[in-house]
Amino acid sequence: MMWVVGVLIFWVAAYALNIWLSNSKWRNTRAVKFAVPAIFGITILVIWEGLVRGLQVPSVILPPPTMIAAKVAESIPILWGDLVQTFVKGALTGYIIGCGAAVITAILIDRSPFLQRGLMPVGNFIAALPIIGTAPILVMWFGFDWQSKAAVVVVMVFFPMLVNTVQGLKATDQMQRDLMRTYAGSYWQTLFKLRLPAAMPAIFNGLKIATTLALIGAIVAEFFGSPTRGMGFRISVEVGRLGLDMVWAEIFVAALAGSAFYGAVAMLEKGITFWHPSQRR
Amino acid sequence: MNKSIIPVLTVVAMIMVIWYAASIWMNSKWVYDQAARAGEEVSFSELVKDTWSQDRPVLPAPHQIVQELYKSTVLKKVTSKRSLVFHGWITLSATLLGFIFGTGMGILLAIGIVHNRAMDMSVMPWAIASQTVPIIAIAPMIVVVMSTIGATDFLGKGAATALFGYQPAFMQGLLPKAVIAAYLSFFPVVVGMVKGLRSPDNMQLDLLKTYNASKARTFWSLRLPSSTPYLFTSLKIGMAGALVGAIVSELSASPLRGLGARMLTGSYYGQTIQIWAALFAAAAMAATLVGIIGMIERYSLQRMGMVK
Repeated sequence: MMWVVGVLIFWVAAYALNIWLSNSKWRNTRAVKFAVPAIFGITILVIWEGLVRGLQVPSVILPPPTMIAAKVAESIPILWGDLVQTFVKGALTGYIIGCGAAVITAILIDRSPFLQRGLMPVGNFIAALPIIGTAPILVMWFGFDWQSKAAVVVVMVFFPMLVNTVQGLKATDQMQRDLMRTYAGSYWQTLFKLRLPAAMPAIFNGLKIATTLALIGAIVAEFFGSPTRGMGFRISVEVGRLGLDMVWAEIFVAALAGSAFYGAVAMLEKGITFWHPSQRR
Repeated sequence: MNKSIIPVLTVVAMIMVIWYAASIWMNSKWVYDQAARAGEEVSFSELVKDTWSQDRPVLPAPHQIVQELYKSTVLKKVTSKRSLVFHGWITLSATLLGFIFGTGMGILLAIGIVHNRAMDMSVMPWAIASQTVPIIAIAPMIVVVMSTIGATDFLGKGAATALFGYQPAFMQGLLPKAVIAAYLSFFPVVVGMVKGLRSPDNMQLDLLKTYNASKARTFWSLRLPSSTPYLFTSLKIGMAGALVGAIVSELSASPLRGLGARMLTGSYYGQTIQIWAALFAAAAMAATLVGIIGMIERYSLQRMGMVK
């Protein structure tokens, strides 16, 4: 009971603090903008911990955050091995191959308006389908190891990336292209000096969407068979034997890796497309 | 629109040609092995005939998938466990239930965020960050935990029996799948709706202020109508997300039913044609659902005079 009451008091206090902060005169400072979501996140963790302990929820249903943190700390070697298997080998390889292939294909079909008109609707259509379903097929083709996971990721990121890049390559207007012509710029000069830089915001939009898809693809593909390591493998096995603290530890690592991956791409975007209006402060 | 029909058909035809060629190439190994074992030579026409009609091909030819789809939808009884309609309906019910709950909650949260500064500052960063997290990874856990505590049926057996006289098959084990589907359609809707409810520019908001309009009036007459295009965009994303969530959660749900389960059992027993048929059924379902939202979108935007 103590735990529950304590949690309620903490909740009300944190909520009041947040309301006060977000209506105070410092509300547009960077510190407050960081503090408010941080307090909200901490509140959720505290409520979670308190309710699990106070109401004595068995840890097979929901382990408290401290238990998950302890599990993360004690099984870092396993988590690291899973991360390398799923994220570095599976997701990252597939991401690079898939996005690279999509950009090259986009540049190729950019030269043919006929293909563009035909491929874009088909590409858009395929991008909206549950491509994750190809995972069992690709696992059969490429074996259980990370190659099949990379293949799933390639298939998943290809079409969103293709659609975005083709759209980006259209971003220059006639005047800019005519200017390049008056400079006697060749096709490749125009492509590298004008059109690819102009396409960068759209390309990065695709790259950012693809980060999430890559991780999802790699994890879900492991549900269809994998060697004895990997995040998806660990999650499905530990769920089966109700080791939920390990499952949550894997989810924590997946969330961390996913956010870091996205953040890295976003930072790269900031460096490369500094000229774009959306990057202006 | 009409200008792109011929290019699209050309591209689709090209894909078909590549597909048939690939299925000859990928299935040929088995045919050659068989022939070598029997000490025979295979001519090219025999090779083509064999590779396009294997029972367990590496890559089934499109007509085999169509045959399987026909066999498992039209020829099987709808209630049969081998009918794709039966499995499709189970996936569809989880998707729709989850979609309705997820989008409803998402819209409510978005309204809260737009009107409450504290909520905006505390929830919004997490909502955006959640987009970068592979949420689908928690699907198997939710399924198992909910079945451990016994919360698997929507309505429960008693209520379902009272309503329908029996408990329909699709309702068994529906709840965990719907929860995951709801979760995956929830965040895209929140992010999209917040953007949409904020889309009226200052001039329009100031105009309503000069009319002395209340907050509620501003909401109903300005914010909500101008958020419709954003709403439909996020509904489409949410629907696709809900379907993926339902399919993935079927991988760990028991009893093994639904399109995701068809894919899983297919991969256990090497039934490639079955996997492809389930995949095509899922794709057709996604296309139909998103298409329906698109039609409603076109109609309502036209009625609202928002079509460019």
